[in-house]
Amino acid sequence: MAELTAVAQTVEEPEQIEGRRRKRPPVLILLAGSVAAAIAVLVVIGPWTTPFDPAHQDLMNTAAGPGGGHPLGTDSLGRDVLSLLLAGARIAVIGPVIVAAGAVLFGATLGMAAAWKGGFVDSLISRVADLMYALPGLLVIVVIVGVLGGGYWLAVAVLLLLSLPTAFRMTRSVAAAQVRLPYIEAARTLGLSVPRIVFRHILPNIFPTLLATFLLDFVGALIGLSGLSFLGLGAPPGTPDWGSLLQDGQSMLTVNPWVSLAPGLLILLTATSITLLGDWMYDRYSARGAQR
Amino acid sequence: MVAAFVLRRLGAGILLLLTLSFLVFCLLALSPGTPLQALLGTRPASPELVDSLNARYHLNDPFLVQYGRWLAGVCALDFGQSISVQSDAPVGQILSERMALTLQLGGYALVLILLVGIPLGMLAGIRRGRRTDRAISAGATVAISAPAFVLAIVLLYVFGVALKWFPVYGTGTGFAERVSHLTLPAVALATVLSGILVRQTRAAMLTAMSQDYITFARLRGLSPGRVLVRYALRNAALPVVTSLGLILVAALTSTLFIEQVFSLPGIGTLLLAAVTNNDVPVVQGAVLVLGASVILTNLAVDLLGLALDPRTRFAVKDGA
Repeated sequence: MAELTAVAQTVEEPEQIEGRRRKRPPVLILLAGSVAAAIAVLVVIGPWTTPFDPAHQDLMNTAAGPGGGHPLGTDSLGRDVLSLLLAGARIAVIGPVIVAAGAVLFGATLGMAAAWKGGFVDSLISRVADLMYALPGLLVIVVIVGVLGGGYWLAVAVLLLLSLPTAFRMTRSVAAAQVRLPYIEAARTLGLSVPRIVFRHILPNIFPTLLATFLLDFVGALIGLSGLSFLGLGAPPGTPDWGSLLQDGQSMLTVNPWVSLAPGLLILLTATSITLLGDWMYDRYSARGAQR
Repeated sequence: MVAAFVLRRLGAGILLLLTLSFLVFCLLALSPGTPLQALLGTRPASPELVDSLNARYHLNDPFLVQYGRWLAGVCALDFGQSISVQSDAPVGQILSERMALTLQLGGYALVLILLVGIPLGMLAGIRRGRRTDRAISAGATVAISAPAFVLAIVLLYVFGVALKWFPVYGTGTGFAERVSHLTLPAVALATVLSGILVRQTRAAMLTAMSQDYITFARLRGLSPGRVLVRYALRNAALPVVTSLGLILVAALTSTLFIEQVFSLPGIGTLLLAAVTNNDVPVVQGAVLVLGASVILTNLAVDLLGLALDPRTRFAVKDGA
């Protein structure tokens, strides 16, 4: 998401004085890693772990609090909340993964091209990226998706487009630093082809930055997509999705608060863990000479 | 010099708003629903009614003529009439009512952000690497990655529904009631945004504290408080002020979600309702107001920067 990286970029921290290269990642990062791993497992096996059929409606037992075999109670249609959450992990996570992967793929390609070519190509793409970067992203997405009538895949596509500038900027800055280094000159002197230099020599060196960008883009897309679902512009009503469940549960806060709170806390936990991982990676790997 | 700078920026801002309004107009023309459907509502579409609506709202005019008519109206400060959000109400009036509430919410949140964000950021910067710093920085990361709507719902449940400290619905009448109704939304907004300010202040303090003039001030035996406020804070102020522009952009998005959770009739919920109901004049007006507020805030931030840092004035003189 735009804000996150902007914070990382606008004010440079001074040079690290004490050599902070720990052998083992700090406990918090290990914790965040396990949360991320658990969510990933849930995305794969989620639909087979549900205690009830998430689509099964029990109209005699709607908006019931926890108990009676339903650890998190039931929603407005009497569906089991826990089952909806487990089954909904896919919809909540897969869209953001596509957004982040697409943003890194296209953004990195553009960034690499800008860094390699320089000159006119560089300044053209950079200007466009700067312009898009200055927009309040999610608000633009709400306007576009809302006017065009909403929908999950439309939201994914618009989010991908607006995530491009972040990925582009991060790749460009690290790739531009690599292009000036002697080993690239050596590779050119040896007569290696451009694709070979880019994929075999530059890419491995900027890979950690790309991974960090992927994680931060993922968080932005997770928040954006579940936010759109919360506004009724994302996943269609009735699908098990964290954002829609959150909105559905708001009117039931007094009878069964877990319909809203559980998906909300899951989104928060996922977003925070992945942000911590992304920030940690960015600090640890990109500060080591790769940048500037 | 400064006057020329302001004029140039305002001119660029107006061009930007023109482009923005034209793009939104194009987008609205592409949308699946039509203003006619919104106007008809549940009434049967008799040919007479359709004709009279088409004539009244000029719906059959070519696209560019419609845009031109809207633009001419805006130049005379007439934003047209709402189609579906508040039937026939003047858009200018709706916008000023809604914007008033959003500004109250924003102002309340801004006070909280400044009171919490700057001291915490300074503390983290001074205690760099220690437990205080790690706790504050981790908190800021959580606050930044927390979606505004999740935070708003959690606050609404804990302090509104469970503890019943604050009202959960409506805006209240009179000053005291309005403040109590806006407290939870403002806290939600401030929490998300102060994460950004804490990080910026911390980084700015770290930069300032590592400068030679700080070491020298300490060597001269000045009191730590004086070194902190007169030397470090003054130099850290510029990047912190610059980050306010960033915070505003984040605030616009967060406000939309927070207004939605607390059912506040602000500019965010207005935009959402207008967008989903295809209310062209209201969407156009709301986008214009939001765009103008971003442009004006950024200009104000830059002017504040000029006042704070004499060095930036040379850049203005050089025509940058």
